[in-house]
Amino acid sequence: MMGFLWFWLVAVMIVGYVVLDGFDLGVGVLHLFLVRTEQERQVSLRSIGPVWDGNEVWLLAGGGTLYFAFPLLYASAFSGFYLPLMIVLWLLVLRGISLELRNHIDVGVWRALLDGVFGLASALLAIFYGAALANVLRGVPLQADGYFFLPLWTNWQPGPSPGILDWYTVIGGLVALVALTLHGALWLIIKVSGDLAERAQSIVNPLWIALAALTGVSLLATIHVRPASLNNYAAYPVTYIVPVGVVASLIAVFFWNKTAQPVKAFLASGLYLFFMLAGACWGVYPTLLPATTGAERDITLARAISGPHTLSVGLAWWSFGMVLAIGYTVFVYSRFKGKVVAGAH
Amino acid sequence: MTAEVIHRLHFAFTVTFHYLFPQLTMGLALLIVVFKTIALRTGSEEWDRAGRFWGRIFGINFVFGVVTGIPMEFEFGTNWARFSQLSGGVIGQPLAMEGVFSFFLESAFLGLFLYGEKRLSKTMHWFSAFMVFLGSWLSGFFIIVTDAWMQHPVAFDRLPDGRYQVLSFWQLLLNPWALFQYMHNMTGAVVTASFVVAATGAFYLLDRRQENFGRLFLKVGVIAGVLSTIAIIFPTGDLHGKYVARNQPAAIAAMEGLFKTEAGAGIVLVGQPNEETGQIDNPIVVNDVLSFLIYGTTQAEVKGLDQFPRDQWPTALPLLYYAYHIMAGLGTYFVALMLLAAFLLWRRKLHRARWMLWLLLISFPLPYIANTAGWMTAEIGRQPWLIYGLMRTSEGFSSTVSAGNGLFTLIGFMGLYTLLGLLFTVLVYREISRGPEAEVSLEGAVYAD
Repeated sequence: MMGFLWFWLVAVMIVGYVVLDGFDLGVGVLHLFLVRTEQERQVSLRSIGPVWDGNEVWLLAGGGTLYFAFPLLYASAFSGFYLPLMIVLWLLVLRGISLELRNHIDVGVWRALLDGVFGLASALLAIFYGAALANVLRGVPLQADGYFFLPLWTNWQPGPSPGILDWYTVIGGLVALVALTLHGALWLIIKVSGDLAERAQSIVNPLWIALAALTGVSLLATIHVRPASLNNYAAYPVTYIVPVGVVASLIAVFFWNKTAQPVKAFLASGLYLFFMLAGACWGVYPTLLPATTGAERDITLARAISGPHTLSVGLAWWSFGMVLAIGYTVFVYSRFKGKVVAGAH
Repeated sequence: MTAEVIHRLHFAFTVTFHYLFPQLTMGLALLIVVFKTIALRTGSEEWDRAGRFWGRIFGINFVFGVVTGIPMEFEFGTNWARFSQLSGGVIGQPLAMEGVFSFFLESAFLGLFLYGEKRLSKTMHWFSAFMVFLGSWLSGFFIIVTDAWMQHPVAFDRLPDGRYQVLSFWQLLLNPWALFQYMHNMTGAVVTASFVVAATGAFYLLDRRQENFGRLFLKVGVIAGVLSTIAIIFPTGDLHGKYVARNQPAAIAAMEGLFKTEAGAGIVLVGQPNEETGQIDNPIVVNDVLSFLIYGTTQAEVKGLDQFPRDQWPTALPLLYYAYHIMAGLGTYFVALMLLAAFLLWRRKLHRARWMLWLLLISFPLPYIANTAGWMTAEIGRQPWLIYGLMRTSEGFSSTVSAGNGLFTLIGFMGLYTLLGLLFTVLVYREISRGPEAEVSLEGAVYAD
């Protein structure tokens, strides 16, 4: 029971991270090609300036929660995904620095450089996150002791000895890139006005079509790579509500965007991310990290869960702390609600 | 180099570079609350401006602290997997608490503090500065709790498969080691901030510009400096040292270079420890002082390294000895310098005493060195243990991550952090050149006032 609970608590924190940091990553990607003038850059950065750091805290808080609730999973996955994680860390460093510091430098060339770093790092992070999730769904070559080490790529096939990147995880990366870019565009439509908002508007439909296609492809690919991911759905047919939710939220994004209800469209895009991640979690549950080397080596919930005292001590402070954290999040978003205007602050 | 050494260096390098930033963040957060409080109570524009100026420096410093801090939480898993697997049920908790209780708080109110001044009432702006202070000091607390459990494990038991689990939330947080170390460490952060503020004041006065602010910073820096440099030795350093001596006797013997057990042990002021011969080369010793410092009487017996099997001696003994002596030596210099500066301030001679201004200016890097050396003392003193008495460092690193992979990412971090160091220097240099008189919008536009 505790295991089931903590599995979903960690999942909720990851979803929180993806939905929140997702839009500021998306805004970063849009900096590469949609946001053009200096004024537009300032406005779009100001739309995420006060919140991106808090959004990223969901990653740290989620990582910490994973650490104490499932230490074996944390230890095995972080050391096994060593190389891509280090790249992710470097990207997070570069992205944070370039985002925060561009406005402290008033030389155009340097700003352009920092904007490029910010945009590229955002895009690569989105791709890496998608690929990471796909790696978990596909499974990794776990040894008997629960550890593994993955090279960046092998033969690009999701077989028994895969790499971080293969055709399947690349699809995962693309889904994440397009989904978060769309999420970011919907955020910009809410927060900015003028030319930039119109351009963001005009890019929604192409992104939406790409996302709908990629979502379908990734779903089929997942079933192909790991047929067992349908087992839970077959056992509890009511949970087919999750893929239905994916489709419904995608349609809602399209509909609300078309009828110029940007806040609803943005929330629907958040729901889409939620359903996609929840669907993936339910597809592997109660396994946390499947093994490509035989199901008996899977890191399962029962194997990875912390001791009962740790979990009950953790639950007490965690619930209290997260109520506070959600309070701060709501507070800061409400302080900075409304459109960002150029010049004033 | 073995994989173990590389994983140790990996963590040591990234955490040492990281902590250059939080020590100023935490100390400065307190001083900014002081600036804002005085501004709020007196309605003084000058104090408000001083608070805003340090807020800008704080903002830059904070970003570097955040981005270099994220890798730290991940490195427990990437580089220390076997340690994390066994101890995650305990030390994962304070690390997660840091995220949940302090990072959310800090990030929410920092945005308001930096971007929201014109949207908020003066009281609300003060409040957001206070919450940033609270968040950063809470954050420090959870990290110290994590480290304290590795130094002095409490409130745990072991599951049948060898993993640790925590038994009591409050006993974990109120680990006596954590309380002593926290007081000592946070005082150290205030020392760094005091020196930085005082040195900036001295710089403006020496350079004859923005002299009103120069005098203001000098006053605040020296007053905070004299209080914190005394408190870092007594009571916080004294209490922490005595607790270490009782609980990690081998560490204290190595720090002090005491090879042989002695009643009335002397303190070594200068000298080089020689592991081969088991003595201090070229020593200058003051008799009986060590016994007195630890036990309060000059004749108490202090255990030397001869009481411990060789495989329980701290592994990098001379490094530990030097780190500790540098920390203690600098700490003594800080008190002398700040007392003298405070005396001159009281006699209203400080802002004309250029030799003293020069001393204050060039001394600002020293607290960074002292804080770093202090942490090296704590962490190297714990060796050869990763969790004191329970798990050796050689049993904790990620066995699947080879030496070459570790070295690759270590060098990667070194390169990236060199770049960050340069960038930080340029940005802070620019802010200090502009000074508090410039009205700078964080959105980038600089407009004269």
